Amino acid sequence: MKSKPIWLLALLAAAVALPLVFPNPTITTIAVLTVIFAAAATAWNIFAGYTGYIALGHAAFFGTGAYSLAIICQHWHVPADFTPFALLPLCGVIAAVVSLPLGLVALRTRGHTFIVITIAMFFVAQLLAYDLRGVTHGSAGLSLPIPLWSGDFYNMPFYYAGLLILLLALAVSWWIRNSKYGLGLLAIRDDEDRALGLGVKTGPSKLLAFVISAFFVGMLGALWAYYIESIFPPFAFDALFDVAIALMTFMGGIGTLVGPILGALLLEPAQQLFAVYFGQSGWYLVLYGALLLVVILLLPEGIVPTIRKRWAQWTAARARSSPNSPAPAPPLPPSPTSQHPAIAARGEGGER
Amino acid sequence: MSMLEIRNISKAYGGIQALSACTINVEQGKITGLIGPNGSGKTTLFNVITGYERPDAGAVNFNGTPITNAAPDRVFAHGIGRTFQLTRIFPRLTVLENMHVAAPRNGSMGIFRRWSSAHERSRAIELLEFVGIAHLQGMPAENLSYGQKKLLEFACILIADPQVILLDEPAGGVNPTMTNQLADRIRLLNQRGVTFLVVEHNMEFVMGLCDTVNVMHHGAKIAEGTPIEVRNDPAVLEAYLGD
Repeated sequence: MKSKPIWLLALLAAAVALPLVFPNPTITTIAVLTVIFAAAATAWNIFAGYTGYIALGHAAFFGTGAYSLAIICQHWHVPADFTPFALLPLCGVIAAVVSLPLGLVALRTRGHTFIVITIAMFFVAQLLAYDLRGVTHGSAGLSLPIPLWSGDFYNMPFYYAGLLILLLALAVSWWIRNSKYGLGLLAIRDDEDRALGLGVKTGPSKLLAFVISAFFVGMLGALWAYYIESIFPPFAFDALFDVAIALMTFMGGIGTLVGPILGALLLEPAQQLFAVYFGQSGWYLVLYGALLLVVILLLPEGIVPTIRKRWAQWTAARARSSPNSPAPAPPLPPSPTSQHPAIAARGEGGER
Repeated sequence: MSMLEIRNISKAYGGIQALSACTINVEQGKITGLIGPNGSGKTTLFNVITGYERPDAGAVNFNGTPITNAAPDRVFAHGIGRTFQLTRIFPRLTVLENMHVAAPRNGSMGIFRRWSSAHERSRAIELLEFVGIAHLQGMPAENLSYGQKKLLEFACILIADPQVILLDEPAGGVNPTMTNQLADRIRLLNQRGVTFLVVEHNMEFVMGLCDTVNVMHHGAKIAEGTPIEVRNDPAVLEAYLGD
């Protein structure tokens, strides 16, 4: 356990050093997009992973953040320096405020209905971006100030801003996971009605997690907007964003702390590299799909839970095979009071 | 003194009258039994008391305070804990985490602190020892046997120190050894002042445990008395053997 902080520091140092060691713009471009998606998946996991509510409309908040920054920059004549970075939290707050009524409505439903409602909300948001021409200029899009810095240094500020948001999202995710509030969210995931009956304030708890995730995703949308310089409705409000962050989280391990980051680290560079090398032939999408299939076949629970399980099995096996080591607690035998399935099944009939 | 008063509760699902003017009193410090054939409305009554169902008519009072239509979390905060006929625990949380879900926190910021304080942890383990599953504390709850899950669900609500506990078929599908163990625990808690309302089909369990027994049939109470009185009541025999 003691080596854990050292490992984390080493990983952090590697993340910080990455663009300095590999200043090649192709690599840093992929790195910028990867940290953005890693942070978005982490934020999405705070809501979807902990509560079990699969929201597929967070692109609405990504787009809200992106358009917020673009509109603010136009109206306030924000200079093209580091000022837009300082405005990211404000854009996150705007996305969070937008998410509040949407969450209030959507969270009245559960399961499949909730998924469909969030998808519908995303499409409404995209349509608004097309049709509210007065503020969004419709399909003509909006331009952001073009950063003053350039050359090899161009990607650096975006990378570090994204990394900072990722670390912040990770810290919030960690804190929630270890708090009583987070325990309530996990209880909601397992049995919401039972959680309510044990005093968990299920409604406000779910809504808060929804708003927190929207805040981070909104900030990331704004960062992305400043990075790509001009935004259009189909790209700022992109259905693929919804699918991507969900896939990354599923692949890494939904509900785990680092699973979403791991998923993003694998999928986003893979997608970008495939696009670079096989982009013209269209084969990159096939490759991407094949990779996903392999993961789903081999690791249906996601990478982190699978590794955790294998590791537990391996250490247990190793402990058994070395007789002179102090015996750890053996896997618990079924208690003498455990039930014959036939008897257990009988108790499940009866009235409701 | 009547701690939990259920007065003239009616509840219909479409054309089916699950409860019709059902009145039951639960005396403070007693173990009250609730029996009746399948479909007689016992579980529906539990759902109405604990806020999972809204009654069409009638009132529920707890220590003189009306709690009719209060949401489940409010009912729980008043001091009414319940277990379910189909045991409901949180399968992917560990046994110890399950124990902490219902632990009360003071103040609005209380829930934003760590999920387990030293005090809460020792209380949780104490309760797990009380029901005899403390050795399983690190296990995911889904790995427990059916009987162990029932014990966990029971221990879960004890952490909030409820004044009255509603048990929905605590002995259903559980072997005799564990049934006896559970009855022991219920008696011990009762001696410490906890009131119980127990739905159960196992007559031996009910007769050995309860101070008074209410019998329901077709959504209404048809008899009330000591276990012996109820056992010899012709209306009760009719309900179970007739139709």
